[in-house]
Amino acid sequence: MDKPLTKNIEEGRAPFNFKQYEAAGGYESVRKVVTMAPNDVVTLVKDAGLGGRGGAGFNTGLKWSFVPAPDGGPRYLVINGDEMEPGTFKDRLLMENDPHLLVEGMITTCFALQASCGYIFLRGEYTVAEERLLAAIAEAYENGMLGKNILGSGFDLDIYLHTSAGRYICGEETALINALEGKRANPRAKPPFPQVSGLWGRPTVVNNVETICNIPGIVVNGVDWYQGLGLGEFVGTRISGVSGRVNNPGCWEVPVGITFRQLLEDYAGGMQDGYELKAFLPGGGSTDFLMPEHLDLVMDPGAVQKAGSRLGTSLIMVLDDKTCPVGCIRNLIKFFAHESCGWCTPCRDGLPWTEQMLDKLEEGTGSLKDIEILKEMTGYMGIGNTFCALAPGAMEPLQSGLKYFIDEFEAHVDHGCGYSK
Amino acid sequence: MVKITIDGKVLEVDESKNLLEEVLSHGEDLPYFCWHPSMGSVGSCRQCAVIEYANDEDERGRLNMACMTSPREGARYSIEKASQFRAQAIESIMINHPHDCPVCEEGGECHLQDMTVMSGHNYRRYDGKKKTHNNQYLGPFIGHEMNRCITCYRCVRFYKDYAGGTDFGPQASHDNTYFGRWQEGPLESEFSGNLAEVCPTGVFTDKPFSKHYVRKWDLQTAPSVCAGCSVGCNTNPGERYGTLRRVVNRFNDEVNGYFLCDRGRFGTGYVNSDNRIKESMTRNSHDADPYLASTEEAKAQLQAMAGSAIGIGSPRASMEANFSLKQLVGSDNFYAGISALELGMSKQILDVYRSRPVNVANVVDIEASDAILILGEDLTNTAARLALALRQSVRNLGKQMARDMKFPEWQDAAIRQLTMDRKSPLFILSPHSTRLDDIAAHVQIGSAAHSANIGFAIAHEIDSSAPAVKGLGKDEQALVKTIAAALIEAKQPLIISGTSSMNPALIDAAANIATALNTEDKKANIALITPESNTLGLALLMGDSTASLDDAMSGESKSAIILENDLYRRAAVADVDAFLNGIDQLAVLDSLKTKTAEQANLVLAAGTSFETSGTFVNYETRAQHFYSVFKPEASIRPSTFWLSDLSLAELTQACAQSIVGGDGMSHLTPDAEDLVDMKGMKVPRQQHRYSGRTAMRADINVHEPKQEQDEEGIMSYSMEGISALKNATVFNTAWAGGWNSNQSVFKFQSHTGGALKQASNGQCLIQSTVKDKTWSEISEANNVASDFQAFPLYHLFGSEELTAHADAIQEKATGAYIALNEADAEKLGLQASDGVTVINAGNNSGSVPFIIRSSIAPGSVGISVGLEGLDIYNVAGSTLSLEKDNSWTAPTNWNMSNIIVSDKGAV
Repeated sequence: MDKPLTKNIEEGRAPFNFKQYEAAGGYESVRKVVTMAPNDVVTLVKDAGLGGRGGAGFNTGLKWSFVPAPDGGPRYLVINGDEMEPGTFKDRLLMENDPHLLVEGMITTCFALQASCGYIFLRGEYTVAEERLLAAIAEAYENGMLGKNILGSGFDLDIYLHTSAGRYICGEETALINALEGKRANPRAKPPFPQVSGLWGRPTVVNNVETICNIPGIVVNGVDWYQGLGLGEFVGTRISGVSGRVNNPGCWEVPVGITFRQLLEDYAGGMQDGYELKAFLPGGGSTDFLMPEHLDLVMDPGAVQKAGSRLGTSLIMVLDDKTCPVGCIRNLIKFFAHESCGWCTPCRDGLPWTEQMLDKLEEGTGSLKDIEILKEMTGYMGIGNTFCALAPGAMEPLQSGLKYFIDEFEAHVDHGCGYSK
Repeated sequence: MVKITIDGKVLEVDESKNLLEEVLSHGEDLPYFCWHPSMGSVGSCRQCAVIEYANDEDERGRLNMACMTSPREGARYSIEKASQFRAQAIESIMINHPHDCPVCEEGGECHLQDMTVMSGHNYRRYDGKKKTHNNQYLGPFIGHEMNRCITCYRCVRFYKDYAGGTDFGPQASHDNTYFGRWQEGPLESEFSGNLAEVCPTGVFTDKPFSKHYVRKWDLQTAPSVCAGCSVGCNTNPGERYGTLRRVVNRFNDEVNGYFLCDRGRFGTGYVNSDNRIKESMTRNSHDADPYLASTEEAKAQLQAMAGSAIGIGSPRASMEANFSLKQLVGSDNFYAGISALELGMSKQILDVYRSRPVNVANVVDIEASDAILILGEDLTNTAARLALALRQSVRNLGKQMARDMKFPEWQDAAIRQLTMDRKSPLFILSPHSTRLDDIAAHVQIGSAAHSANIGFAIAHEIDSSAPAVKGLGKDEQALVKTIAAALIEAKQPLIISGTSSMNPALIDAAANIATALNTEDKKANIALITPESNTLGLALLMGDSTASLDDAMSGESKSAIILENDLYRRAAVADVDAFLNGIDQLAVLDSLKTKTAEQANLVLAAGTSFETSGTFVNYETRAQHFYSVFKPEASIRPSTFWLSDLSLAELTQACAQSIVGGDGMSHLTPDAEDLVDMKGMKVPRQQHRYSGRTAMRADINVHEPKQEQDEEGIMSYSMEGISALKNATVFNTAWAGGWNSNQSVFKFQSHTGGALKQASNGQCLIQSTVKDKTWSEISEANNVASDFQAFPLYHLFGSEELTAHADAIQEKATGAYIALNEADAEKLGLQASDGVTVINAGNNSGSVPFIIRSSIAPGSVGISVGLEGLDIYNVAGSTLSLEKDNSWTAPTNWNMSNIIVSDKGAV
């Protein structure tokens, strides 16, 4: 099976430099794309059916097509490499181990968008990725893949790497843009969407690292090849992974269309001895719990949504039977409460209150009233009620936890947390 | 307009506005925090939630914020169905809000209290600890109590986004978000006082008010007009127990909208000061001891002076007071209490307004202007409210971009993000840097004469029939072309100048440019500023007379009546001494013990504008009536009482008839019959909840005295009558059912953010109907060779006479100084804080401290105006020689730390 995202990645080996990368077929998409009409590239990506890999899964080509026609002013591509979703570490793999793939994807994408400036917004802690991306960008300049008149096509492009000061909210594309502009990382009201008024008030596309790493393969090999990568009706490959008490935690490029069970058993080697799977978060800390009975679901956004959760980043977090679900949710809420930007009321003031009630339950001082209020909170901070998706995301593990583990919540009222820490 | 349904009620609404504004305009109650009619929507507080239904079948609907919703034709909404969410939002806001309402200054006029009650949240379920913060010292104006903060971001949206402040902002994040300065220290913005009104609760409070605090309902209030400068902002001052407690904004869409400057808000301490003249005093000769004069005695002595005395009027006294003095002494003996130059320039302004095809710009016009030229006026220090308006004007380019992209105009954050730092062009020609430089497309530093020359050239560039200027350099010619092109291209160009630079050529140049811009379908806006509250009124009253203070002082009269005017602030000590020594019988009417009043044989205790009623005429020639807020002790009387036997209404009418175009002055107050359902009742100055009326004098006498009578007008000094709630024609407080805070003003507006339904906006006395273009000839540019050309440096805090006496203002005022640029200072061997002797300024004299301001035109010297410790007057435009004074040492109280100079090389 083709693994367009990880074909150059080998454990223990340094990432390819420009020459090695080019020898392995790298930068082919740039050579091809400069001969194409930009709009044809957009159509190609749209037809390929590539969904955004940041968590929302929106059709990438369709997102690009919302950018208005060029008016002579600047336009931007911004790569979201903030990767702060709990339990998610796929973009790190790509940026650290094949940085040229991202650079190539950005060049090809910028050509399609007719953007002559690209930014990589990188999580500050990813210092290895920073070093390797900077080296790759420098090499790309040296070899004429960046800068003025790329490959004699008349197309100019500069790429800048920006390391984030580190906030979860910077993963939200408009907060990311504010941070990039040097402002407080608060999300912006939408509309206007960034495609219309984004970075510096100009048309801007914000894409996830993995999404853009898919572009070279699609441009070089075409729609049919890309669609053939998936299983059955599903298209492409993606990086999925598992964390928690499994035998072989990690992330892998998998064909889209495998089931959670396949990922958990075939790739992650199943649960460690002495631990049972109790539940799992299918795609990061801001997704609803799924239960063992959902293991045979296909890892597809639609299928997961029907089961009451979101595929998210598709890196699953396993909750085993020796870990307290209330404590697990408390940890997640603590994270989200801390990462709230403080802009809108429900998130800013609702999450800390939620955290306090979970603290009380864990300490054995909680009450049934607290559980009632927790339930109410999940509605109060539901989607549409807040300014952005942070608080609704934070409510997902809580609301599903209250559904699946209500007995354990109630047991906490009488006995506190019975799990060993 | 579109038709929408809200909870079954069909409303016709403006689809260009947001749903919240429209719902409020229709008189519905919908809670909100972060939205403000002048600042638009950002959607952060989540309080104005409504349910929006997709179609007729939709029963579930979607929760949306009304402030972020454009009403759609035929759409169905429910306020009711979102009430649970709104209660939850309040509940979570309140988890950290302290239970300190009883000791909080905001209590009783707190928007948060109102909204909490409105949302129905009344029982606290949160049982955790409350978040606490440290407070900061923010200077003499604003108190800080961060624990009360509900994080609505209004403060920072006003301070930074609206008013351009740079030293205050949000810090930290999540539920630890903090609003303050990067470190403790006085807020630098000249508009910081508005934080107290913009904040929906008690985080930012009026500090001088806190020192003698009473509840809103215990304040006696009346509609007033600020006497701090020539803008004439509308205010609602409040009094209790005979002292003036505070000033808050009174909405007037054409003058000040929702905001005041800090001079107007905090500059009223003089009313309560120990320096007040509380009794009339008389003495037989200069050297004799003064003794108290009874009201009758004092008035009789003053009246007896008629016939022999000259009268010196005042630009800070009302029309009626000046008029009654003029009546008493006779027109031939009446002198304007300002210099010949200032009087001439004020009349020049009236002439421009009358005889040129221009539109005199009010604040609405200014905010709508899309290209602006300022000629030699430091607006932030001379007419601060207009500087705030200009900060909105330069956003018109952004608003246009937003319209082109079909964003609604209320999408405040989105428009700022779209436009970034692109602005409508503002050009400033000035002898020094100003506080508006940060929003200017270009600042040209040059002497007043130089600025005027460029101005004349711009007029010629726009319309070649305007007189041409010779000898401009290449760079200047390019600048002229740039400015002219921007003004021509603008839909609504605006020219601003004024008298503060004391250079008539600037006003001529401004008039020529505005005239040149006049076309069949476009009339340029012009605004010409004077530094004091009633200067243009005084100029109108002078009619054809040119009798100035200079004339009065060089005259032979042995007897003079001086009305509310300290001559020592207008001329050099030696000159004033010489004049007053020659006067045998000197009467002074004033509220403060000025140096002039100390020389008088007869001092009459006059009321301030808070204790008297009358009319001020602002920079637009807008006549505005102010009502007395309270009755001071019986010995203090309005100047009009001392000077005349006529009633105020009679004086107003007579004054109106005596001046050209004065008719508009005679209809400023409603007749009692015009008020709805008055039934013989007056409008009460005291609120329906006014407390302790029967007890407040009980320590003196248990018998409650008869209520003070107001013979003058349609207001009463009592609780009885028809309050503004029923009829806002006389709008003395914003208060409506369920809306106890100033946010209730929308209940009195014809449309949220629009004009008040009933109250008077004042009347402009001059409105040009002229179509023909006429031109001012170019006056000779004043070439300066070796010496320095003087220009005045105004300070919002300290340059105005009355407000300078307020404690809070004194804390923000700087010592007097003169200023040069670095190169000129070096030539003279001067370093910052050296003393300087001004040599050839006529009778002006003395050594003064000196500072360096880097953005000052070479060859120009700035002279601070009205600040304590500088005896140099009327030198603007003249040339001075300077010399270092080696023996000078700074007085111990000399403080320059309050100076905020936008150029970096200050002090």
